Amino acid sequence: MALLEVVGATKVFGGLTAVDDVTFSVEPGTIGALIGPNGAGKTTLFNLINGFLPLTSGEVRFKGERIDGLRPHKVCARGLARTFQVVKPLQRMSVLDNVIASSFLRFPDRADAVRHAREILAFTNLSAVAGEISKGLPLGFRKRLEIARALATQPDLLLLDEACAGLNPTELDESIEIIRRIKDKGITILIIEHHMKVIMSISDHIVVLNYGAKIAEGTPTEVAGNPAVVEAYLGKGE
Amino acid sequence: MVQLEVFLQTLISGILLGGLYAVIGLGMTLIMGVMKIINLAHGELMMVAMYIAFWLFSLLGVDPYVSLLVTIPALFVLGVVIQRTLISPVLKVDSILPENQVILTVGIGMILANLATMFFSSDYRSTPVSYAADAWYLSDYWRSSPIELSLSVPWTVSFGFALAITAALWGFLQHTDTGKAIRATAQDKDAALMMGINVERMTMVTFGLGAALVGAAGSLFIPMYYLYPALGGKFTLIAFVITILGGLGSTQGAIIGGIILGIFESMTATYIGMGWAPVGRFVIFVACLVFLPRGVAGLMKRS
Amino acid sequence: MAQSSWFRNYKVAACVLVALAAAPLVPVLNSSYMLHVLILMLMWSVIGMSWNLLSGYCGQVSFGHAAFFGLGAYTAGILYLHGGVSGWWGLPASVIVVGLGSLVIGYICLRLRGPYFALGTLAMGEVLRVTAENMEWLTEGTMGIMIEKRTWVAKEPFYYIVLALAVGTFVIMELLVRSKWGYYFVAIREDQDAAESLGIDTTRYKTIALVISGVLTGLVGAFYTNYMGFIDPEVVFALHDISIITIMVVMVGGVATRWGPFAGALIMIVLSELIRAMPKIGTAHQTLFGVLLIVIIIYLPNGVMGDFRKVFRLVRRGAAPARAGGE
Repeated sequence: MALLEVVGATKVFGGLTAVDDVTFSVEPGTIGALIGPNGAGKTTLFNLINGFLPLTSGEVRFKGERIDGLRPHKVCARGLARTFQVVKPLQRMSVLDNVIASSFLRFPDRADAVRHAREILAFTNLSAVAGEISKGLPLGFRKRLEIARALATQPDLLLLDEACAGLNPTELDESIEIIRRIKDKGITILIIEHHMKVIMSISDHIVVLNYGAKIAEGTPTEVAGNPAVVEAYLGKGE
Repeated sequence: MVQLEVFLQTLISGILLGGLYAVIGLGMTLIMGVMKIINLAHGELMMVAMYIAFWLFSLLGVDPYVSLLVTIPALFVLGVVIQRTLISPVLKVDSILPENQVILTVGIGMILANLATMFFSSDYRSTPVSYAADAWYLSDYWRSSPIELSLSVPWTVSFGFALAITAALWGFLQHTDTGKAIRATAQDKDAALMMGINVERMTMVTFGLGAALVGAAGSLFIPMYYLYPALGGKFTLIAFVITILGGLGSTQGAIIGGIILGIFESMTATYIGMGWAPVGRFVIFVACLVFLPRGVAGLMKRS
Repeated sequence: MAQSSWFRNYKVAACVLVALAAAPLVPVLNSSYMLHVLILMLMWSVIGMSWNLLSGYCGQVSFGHAAFFGLGAYTAGILYLHGGVSGWWGLPASVIVVGLGSLVIGYICLRLRGPYFALGTLAMGEVLRVTAENMEWLTEGTMGIMIEKRTWVAKEPFYYIVLALAVGTFVIMELLVRSKWGYYFVAIREDQDAAESLGIDTTRYKTIALVISGVLTGLVGAFYTNYMGFIDPEVVFALHDISIITIMVVMVGGVATRWGPFAGALIMIVLSELIRAMPKIGTAHQTLFGVLLIVIIIYLPNGVMGDFRKVFRLVRRGAAPARAGGE
């Protein structure tokens, strides 16, 4: 059974259909990817899945149960965590405190929460900056902190919204490595990414959106050879 | 029949009051829309304008409506000065609470009210204009009218000025370059900046305009209202209710919000009792926040 | 081991407590006037700490703490007036009344964010004031409620009661800020959407912060009724003299700092007493407070405790003008 099933998800803002009848699923233990040009509705879809926005119509099922209509914190408690494209660190808190704040979800006792947070920091190569205030960190670290905080809630499914955008090549390799390690831990991932190198190298299954609608899906090779996808990205050949 | 008469008379007073409220609300909503800040000194600025109008009348015999020529530019300058010297620096300060700017305007309001008390004492003042009690009666124009209604002269004249000012503001925002730049800044500050609009200058002009509008309201209210230094707080709250009611930053909303509040207050005073009018105001305010968070403007957009 | 580190952390607190507890024994301080000033200071510290929890730590800036203060004060006053019991029953009773009132206020206001929450709470304070003015059968309206027979003539008992309240509040704050709740409060302040998506029930924790903050402020209100012996709506639901002063106390002292509310209360009370003592300036006290507020916001946005180093540097620079100019 699929871990996440999105069925006919539709979101209309005013007169504009941002997400148009999108159906896809993510199998447990895999890395799924959502790609598409800017404004294709990828982040809106994430917001629909984790409950920030109500669906206009359609369903979202997680572990076989409907989660649409639940508030984001309930979705998170069920094991679905997300990161934000525009990173939202708790600015005046240290990196460690940021992660502790999300560790409390599974470890109500403070000592346990701290221990777990330190493990997560080690896992995401952030131990060296544990004591730093997150506001002043370079983007690469903040992007990883975003992942660390989501991981600290011990999710079964992790939604990563452009976790690699704006990184330099070294940071990029490091992040890809971390995403692989997360998969190895048995955590399912759904990722939004523009970086084709990242998508092609790590994802098992790709869903392509354009103008809010799904135009293709399949394995990386299938998608790369799909003329509709090429057209969406490069425009009509003239 | 008497009941209908009372109802219509109450409605008329409400609309006249609402028109003046709209001018206060317009200033507030303009500032909120462009600068994204809440000006808790709004009523105090109006109080300053009222003192200007009062002294012009008492010392020089200048009619309150003529004093508009003084209060509008004077308050514009005061607004620009406040924005440049106080608000603008605070917007750049990094602090834990972004609400600092709201608290700053509270401080400004406290100072203005206190200075007024020190210089002018806390006495109640009024401007006894010759036409204060004049009114036009329906029966004078329509002999066989089944009901009797009256229009107070100062209220009606003030309402007329309020309409003219509102129209002028609308024309300014729609048709002048500065007006368009202000609207652009309100919509998207970053985009406006990239289009080469001097955002810093626009915020200054906006705060000046907001102050000028409430200054005009001061001149329009003074023929009918008692003046005392602490009256600002009440009008600041009224400005808010209007802004929330109308939808933040919406000019049409502020006008409709002003009229609705005017009618509602007038009705509360007639049918429930004078003392409860402020409660009614807050009930509207809270109900709006809870049920109509985007105000009347949001409602219009939805349909 | 744990004991000694606990003591190290709270050495300052222990010293302050001993000093405050001993204050009435010092002859210079043991005048009716000095004790009154200390009582006021402690009252404002408690209100400041409770505001600090909701607004400083949890980021929900309240412009309406007078609502809680007034509710507490009137609970005590109405119990005395209509219940015929001692006003001191108002303290336990106010916990219930203000607790329920806070839930209602929270339900209405907490769906609003940022400045709109501030305005919502401001409106709550005003609604309660006007209601108290108009419900004469219950509150005696603008006449106010007078407690004819004060419990004690001497100030010491009042002083120790409010000191106990302050110590209790301080301990509650320390426990809270270091707990899971404390982390959640700050997470909500820093980014509500991030907090929500990380599994924090933001509505619930904001409500918790608001109820604790409200109840503590309400207790001070109930104490005030017993201490002053007279309340009226203009005084206990005052926008400027309660809600705004509350904000000033914490902003002057330092938002989201442990000692900020104490420092702020001390500075504000001493200032207002000094100003009152000078008849020429006395009428200008609002102006002076306003100027102080503006100066603090622009130059010490984190208050005396938060910008401790900055204050220190300013003082030193003043002492050694030759070194001025360099930052």
